[in-house]
Formats: sequence, C-alpha cells, structure tokens
Amino acid sequence: MSNKDQYLVKTEPFYQAQGREVALYEAAYGARLPVMVKGPTGCGKSRFIEYMAWKLNKPLITVACNEDMTASDLVGRYLLEANGTRWLDGPLTTAARIGAICYLDEIVEARQDTTVVIHPLTDHRRVLPLDKKGELLEAHADFQLVISYNPGYQSLMKDLKQSTKQRFTAFSFDYPPPELEIGIISRETGLAEGTVAKLVTIGQTGRNLKGHGLDEGISTRLLVHAATLIKRGVDAGDACRMALVQPITDDPDIRATLEHAIDTTFI
Amino acid sequence: MTKTEYQHPLMKGYWDRLDCGFGKVADVFEDCMAEALAVLSLDDVNHYLDAAGTLGKMGRGADPVLAFLEKWPAVAAAAGSDMLAPVMAFIGAMQKSPNSQAIAPFLQTLGAVARRLQSGEQLQHYLDIAADLMKRTTGSIHGHHSTFPSPGLPDFCEQAPRLVGLLSISGLKNWVDYGVRNYRNHPERQKDYFGLQLADSHAVLQRERHGTLFADVERKLDLYLRALWQDGDQLVPYTTAFDELRKPIPYYDKLGMRIPDVLDDSDGADGVISGLDRYRAILAHMVGHRRWSKQIIADNYSPFQRMAVEFFEDCRIENLLIRAYPGLRRIFLALHPLPDETECDPETTSCLRHRLAMMSRALLDPQHPYTNPILLEFTARFHATLEAGTSSTREMADLALAYVTRTRRQTDQLAKVHFDNTVIDYRDDNRHLWVFIEDSDDEEFFDDPSKQNKKPAEIQSLPPRHYPEWDSASQTYRPDWASVYEALHAKGNPADIDKLLLKHAALAKQLKRLLDLIKPQEKVRIRYQEEGSDLDLDVALRSLIDFKGGAQPDPRINMSHRTDGRNITVLLLLDLSESLNEKAAGGQQTILELSQEAVSLLAWAIDCLGDPCAIAGFHSNTRHEVRYQHIKGFSERWDDTVKARLAAMAAGWSTRMGAALRHAGHYLAPRRADKKILLLLTDGAPADIDVSEPDHLRADARKAVEELAAQGITTFCLSLDPKADEYVREIFGNHWRVLDRIERLPEQLPLLYLSLTR
Repeated sequence: MSNKDQYLVKTEPFYQAQGREVALYEAAYGARLPVMVKGPTGCGKSRFIEYMAWKLNKPLITVACNEDMTASDLVGRYLLEANGTRWLDGPLTTAARIGAICYLDEIVEARQDTTVVIHPLTDHRRVLPLDKKGELLEAHADFQLVISYNPGYQSLMKDLKQSTKQRFTAFSFDYPPPELEIGIISRETGLAEGTVAKLVTIGQTGRNLKGHGLDEGISTRLLVHAATLIKRGVDAGDACRMALVQPITDDPDIRATLEHAIDTTFI
Repeated sequence: MTKTEYQHPLMKGYWDRLDCGFGKVADVFEDCMAEALAVLSLDDVNHYLDAAGTLGKMGRGADPVLAFLEKWPAVAAAAGSDMLAPVMAFIGAMQKSPNSQAIAPFLQTLGAVARRLQSGEQLQHYLDIAADLMKRTTGSIHGHHSTFPSPGLPDFCEQAPRLVGLLSISGLKNWVDYGVRNYRNHPERQKDYFGLQLADSHAVLQRERHGTLFADVERKLDLYLRALWQDGDQLVPYTTAFDELRKPIPYYDKLGMRIPDVLDDSDGADGVISGLDRYRAILAHMVGHRRWSKQIIADNYSPFQRMAVEFFEDCRIENLLIRAYPGLRRIFLALHPLPDETECDPETTSCLRHRLAMMSRALLDPQHPYTNPILLEFTARFHATLEAGTSSTREMADLALAYVTRTRRQTDQLAKVHFDNTVIDYRDDNRHLWVFIEDSDDEEFFDDPSKQNKKPAEIQSLPPRHYPEWDSASQTYRPDWASVYEALHAKGNPADIDKLLLKHAALAKQLKRLLDLIKPQEKVRIRYQEEGSDLDLDVALRSLIDFKGGAQPDPRINMSHRTDGRNITVLLLLDLSESLNEKAAGGQQTILELSQEAVSLLAWAIDCLGDPCAIAGFHSNTRHEVRYQHIKGFSERWDDTVKARLAAMAAGWSTRMGAALRHAGHYLAPRRADKKILLLLTDGAPADIDVSEPDHLRADARKAVEELAAQGITTFCLSLDPKADEYVREIFGNHWRVLDRIERLPEQLPLLYLSLTR
C-alpha cells in the first residue's frame, strides 16, 4: 500500500529523552489512548511525535491547524468535477482509514466547531461520522490521535474546552535543563560543547524575561539555529543577534539587555 | 594714595603700572604677581595689570581687583589668556548697567568655572549665557531706562561652578532660559531659582544633566537584573547633584538597591564604558553580594581590618560574577583604577588604601603590572581558594587579616591618607557585610531607637498628583507643574435631579426612541464561508460560472451573521469655573443649571445604552490647586448617590484645562474598550489667574489632547462660548462643536453623544 508508505518516517530523527516519556508514550499507544503534548514553542514536541512514529514504525500524518480551518478541512469534502462530484478524504479521515498517527499541531488555533469533530474518535467509539458522505468510518486498529497545545501565548479566548481536554492523556514538555540542552544542540549541529554552553546561557537569560515583555523565551529551536549559523562560520555575536534576539522582540530595552548578555558571554 | 615700596625694581615697575592704592591689594600683590609671571607671557602680564588697574578705578572698592588678581592666572591657564578681552567687555557691560554688584561674585567664581570648562570657546559660551541672563532680567521702568539690577545674576555667578560641573553648556542655557522665562517678573523667586533654592530649579537641573539618567534606563536595568541574574529589587535612585563634599556611595538594604540618579560615561585608559554599563556593573556587584556574601561579626576587627576584608570580599564576588559572564571583566577593569606601584610614599603617608587598591587590581586583572612579592603571594593564595568552588566570606576575612598583618606599617596610622586612584566607584559601601553586636562608636549606621518607633501619620485625603505642563515658548514640559487634588463631589438632594428629568419628560421620550434604534443589535454579515446560514448569491453565481467554464470553483459560497456589540467607554468632564454662574443669554437660568439638566439627561441616556460612563468636574485656583471632583465612576450605577452629587454641582474659580484632561486621561487609558471618548463640556477658553499669557494654557491643552490621542482616547469638546471658534479648533482639531443657543443644551448634549457614537 504505497499510499500508506509515504507517511512513514524513513530515518531515525534525533530525539533526546528528558524523562520517561518514551516508555509512557509506548504504553499509551499500546492502549490506543489519545495523547496531548503541551509545552512552549520550539521545545521539541513535534520532534518527539516524529520520533515515536519512527520507533513504532507507524505512518504519521501531521496537520498544522490555523484559524481558518474548518471541519471539512480535517474530514474531507466533495470536489466538483466536470461530470459530477468526487469525495476527497481529509487528513483525519485518511489517518483513520490507513491506521496512522494523526498529529494535530497547535489545535487551539482551529475554530471551536472544528475541534468537536475529533470527539467521537477519541472515546470508546473510535468512529468518524462523515455526515456529508453518509458514511460511518470505523477507525483502523492502529489509528491514534495526538494533539499539541501551547498553553502559554494564546489569548484568553483560545483555550480547549473541558470536554475536549478530558479525552486525552497528556505530556507536559519544557525546555530541557542546561546540561541536556547543551548535549542536544551540539549533537544536532556538531558545534563544540564549549560554545554551545554559552548559547544556552544566553537562552536562559531570555527565558528569565518571559512575562516581562517577552511572550515566549528563547526556544531550543532558536538556539539550534544560532548554533547552525556559528557552525557555518558566522561570528558568534552576529549569529546570536540574528537567530536569538531579532526574531523574538521589537522592544529596544529587551534587545539592549539581551545584547548585553551576548557581549558579556562571547568575548 | 599710599605708596608701597618694593625692593625689586621689576616688582616696583609692575606696581606702578597697576596704579592702585588699595592697601589690601598691596598685601597680596607680590604673591599674585609670582603666580601670574609663572603662567603669563610678558605681554599678557602687562594686559593683566592694565585690566586690574581698570577694575580698581571702577569705584567698586578693592574686591573686584583682588578677585581678578587672584583668579586670572588660573583662568588664563585653563582657557587661554586671549579670553581677557571678552571677560573685560562683559565686566564693562555690568559696570554700565545697574548690575555692578555682581562683578565681584563673577570674578570670584571665574577661576573654578574656567577650570571645569577647560577651553576658551566654552568659557565664551558661559559669558554669553551670563550676558543674556543679565540683559533679560535687568528691570526697566517706562521701557527705555535700565534701572533695577538683575536679581538673579549674583546668585547665578555664585552657583556657576557647580552648574557647569553638572550641566553641559546647552543644558545650562536651557536651565537659565527656563528661570528667566518663568521668574522674570518675580524678583524674590528669581533669586531663589538662580540660587538653587527652588524645587523647580532642581527639577529642571535634573532634567538637563549630562550623562545617562536613571529614569531613562530604569526598565533596562530591571530587565538586566531579571534576565542575567534572576534577581530583582526596588531600584531607588539617590541624587548626586547636591553633595559636593561627601559623594554618596551605592548600597542596598531591605528597602531596595540605591544607585545614583545619573552616571556619565567613563573614559578610562581601557576604553569608554557607557553610563548604562556602569549602572550594570554596580548592579552586578550588588547581586554578587546578595548571592555569595555572608554577614560576619564586625566588633573584633579594627576599621583597617574591616576595609581589607571588604576589598578581598569584593574581589571574590567579582571573580565569581566574571565566571558567569566573562565579558564583565572588561567592564570591571575599565572602571577599576590602576594605581602606580610607586606613587605613594610609605614614609610620609598612610598607604593602606593604596596597597589594597593594587591588591584588588591584581586579583581581578591577570595582566596586572605589580611585582611586590607579598602581593603576588596573596594573589596566588586567593585564586587557589577560589579554584575549588565559590569560597566564602569567612575565608576571605582570614586571607585579608593575614594580608594586613604581613604588610602592616607604622605609617598606616598617619592622618595623611593616600586617596588618589584608590576609589572604586561601582562598588557599594558593604554595609550589609557586617553585624555589630554592640553599638559602635565609629559608625553612623545606628538610628536613634526613639525615631524608629514613630508611626507615619494617617493619610487624611488623597495626595495630589502632579502633571507636567507644556511650555510652547521653549517646546519643553515644565516638570511636575500642576498639582491635581481629587475628591468626591459634595452631596445634595437627589430628588432635584429627578425633578429635572421629569421636567424634560417629553425630550426623554424622544430620546428613548432614538436610543432603542441604536441599542446594540445590528447584524454584521460574514461572507466567504464554506458553511453558513444563508447562500451568498453573488459568490454562488461566480462559482457556478467558474464551474460551467471548467475551472475549479470556490466552495465558500455561504454567508453567516453575527451580532455586533457596542464597546464604548465615555468620560464626561465638566468645566465648573466661575463663569458658569452667569445667566445664559436670553433666559432666566444660569449656565450651570442648564449644564446640570443636560448632564442629567445625558447620564440617563448613557445608562439606558449601557455604555460605561464616568462624570467628573474640575476647576483650578493657580497651578498649585487644580481640583478634580469625582461625580460618577465607570462602575457606579446611575442611582441616588450619583444624582445627589450632580445636584450639588457648584461653580467657582478658573479653568486649567490641560491638567484636568491629563488626569481624566489617566482614568480612561487603562479601560478596555474599542472606543474611548473624553467629552468635555466647557464655556470658555482655558485660563487661570497665575498665567498672564492666554496662549500658554491653550497650547498646553492642545498638547494634552495630543497626548490623549496617542493613548487611543478621542477628545471631543462641546463649547458654550459663542466666540469659541478661534481657539477650540486650535485645541481640539476637528473634534468640537459650539452651541450657540445655550438654552437648547439639555436637548443637544444627549443628541451629540448619540451622533458621536452611532
């Protein structure tokens, strides 16, 4: 089934476990329990799911949710053709049919009515009613639903309903502790650990400012970007400004503080 | 005229050339000449003597000559001897005007001023500013005759050395301008201003100072503490402007971190360190103490031992700070003095400070130039202690004591202490390091216990809020100029307001119909929906055409509706000045009564609509007393308490509009609403009894309106002054309306509001 193969994760993604999350996920998958991963942006949520899909050797279908997304974007819709209509499965339906892990990234970005369509798939029923098509789709035995959710930055208006939240088991992610983060970044980019340690120091200073003018701290992903630039021969100070400071803030005071941290760390 | 006999023929020649008969001058002449001959060329000496001779013949006694003879060599050394002509020209101008009593103070401080300015060009600027001050403040009667001396000039001359030390030349010019503009017609105040006796003069001085002002970088410093050190505390600035002898030193206690209010860039041998980085160094040092220093008992140490312990402990925490952020070493070293090993003579002076400063440098600077074996040994021991971990204050104390014992000299007890190059100004005073078990007799830390138990007096009323006022002449704000006192409005009988509403029952009915029309109920169409409540025909047809034509049609052919909420906050600000007591033209009612009716109706109407609304009145009695009276708050109901306050509305005093607008703005700004409206009801232009130029308060009001606009607040003015057109446009731009027939106010005000917010 070539259709299924295209969703398989071919090579092993690098993922450094922070705790027992790998074993716990395997247990959840064994029981086909829906999983929710929470945590700030760029801390490794998506990488973790990718890694688990590879480890379990199951196809992975990822959907990035946005405000304009409707239920039919997930479930599927009729397309018009010259001589009639044709049904096209949405990503959620495809995953339920072929037995894939369906990963809905940043689920709260989607509209409330959209999140409700996943309800029947996430309890004991494990079915997906396709009302337009008049089909009741029984989910494949291997199908599992995973959502990610960043409780930090969204407005008060955007939160998951209790009825949605209470269908999931959950993992809470955070930025890894410094030693681990140094290891991750240096493994990911091949940069010497000494330099990476300095980057992580700067990352910590940024995270201390969360809530004081910064919506989110400097993520591991940004640190990886900075390390990548340094590895390519860019001056460390420039790389930090470009990858760590400019993307996250327009506030001159915060910029001055972070730049001071960079200047006193890289000398 | 007494003739003084000089032994040396040359000196006699000079004395004859001076041609001066004052005995006091003769006493010091020889000394002055000795100094002058060392600095001035032969030509210049002759000019010097001629000038002094001229001063002696001005008829102002010996003081000007004495001051000149004494100070000029220093001035010439600092600013060049060619400044003689401009200085003499200025003195001539003073002599010709009634200001000749300022000549002596001017000459007495000229030396100190020149020493600080250090260039002829700068000194010329100083002379220009002084001349400008003199010209503008010298009083005249009938406009053509200068008769009164400038009250502020002598004080200005006396304060000049301190002023040029704190201010740049342009800052000094602004400071003088401010004083002249605001106190020209008030001789006593003018004296106080230029003598630095007024709060104003301090405030403006503070604003004009050179360097990095704490107020400008406060947030950066907060962020710095939080981001780099996960620390944070109240930052309390202390002033450095007025302590000449004892410069305050940074410190921290449980009330906060005390740091200077302004820091100049430091221009050391190791490069320029910005004022901001100096602040950061001070804070980093304090953070180091808070993290790693432990208190130790001071009673058993001598003051010298304590000083040594402090030096070693400071170095320990700085090394630990540098461990966290290596770049701090550059900043610390640039701010740290580098004393020369031989600059202190241990036979005649107490060298302990010098030794400790060198020690401190060596502990921080791996490339230090010192060769003293004891110093090197202790440097090595220090780093060995720190190698294993963070060490401790205790270990540092032991090390410091050993050092003091090894290096002690008899001369350390001498009164003459070597201070040069030993002051490390980013370090705090280490008061947190010591615990005293008994009250010490050589420290002043201990407050009188009877003072500590005093309780602060109970607060009786709201403290005034101070607002700046815009000065259009100089295009600057006058800091903390107007004091606004806020109070609850007095109460009257709420039934009066109900009677007024009853009187306008017909109008109220008409309004009610209008209100029902604009109550939030409109539907807004949302188009381009894949799923919705209705088919959007336009889009559906377009899709069908696309489909028939073989193209991929757009599936978003539905539309839906949502109800549109109304999200408006309004603050109604009433001018309650004296003029409201006048009768309205062609009627029996006063303007105040009409306003009362109008406001009652409007408040009722807004209450029906459900918009949050606040009402306040204001009037002023000079800038020191702007009264802002609270009638209704945003969350207060339209009930008897509010009606009672409205019923007691009374008029009096003047209209200082800018301060009231700013105060109203500070309530509106934090409200969450799509539209914030400040509706001002007034019957005239802004005016107050302490302001003679009518344009000033208008410009200030306009500035206040601009400030409000910047905060997202729309200001709208309803003026009852038929001749208002000329100034309301200037103040409010397009947001105003003039009501010609005041008797129609009760009807017009609610209608105006409705049309504004529809």
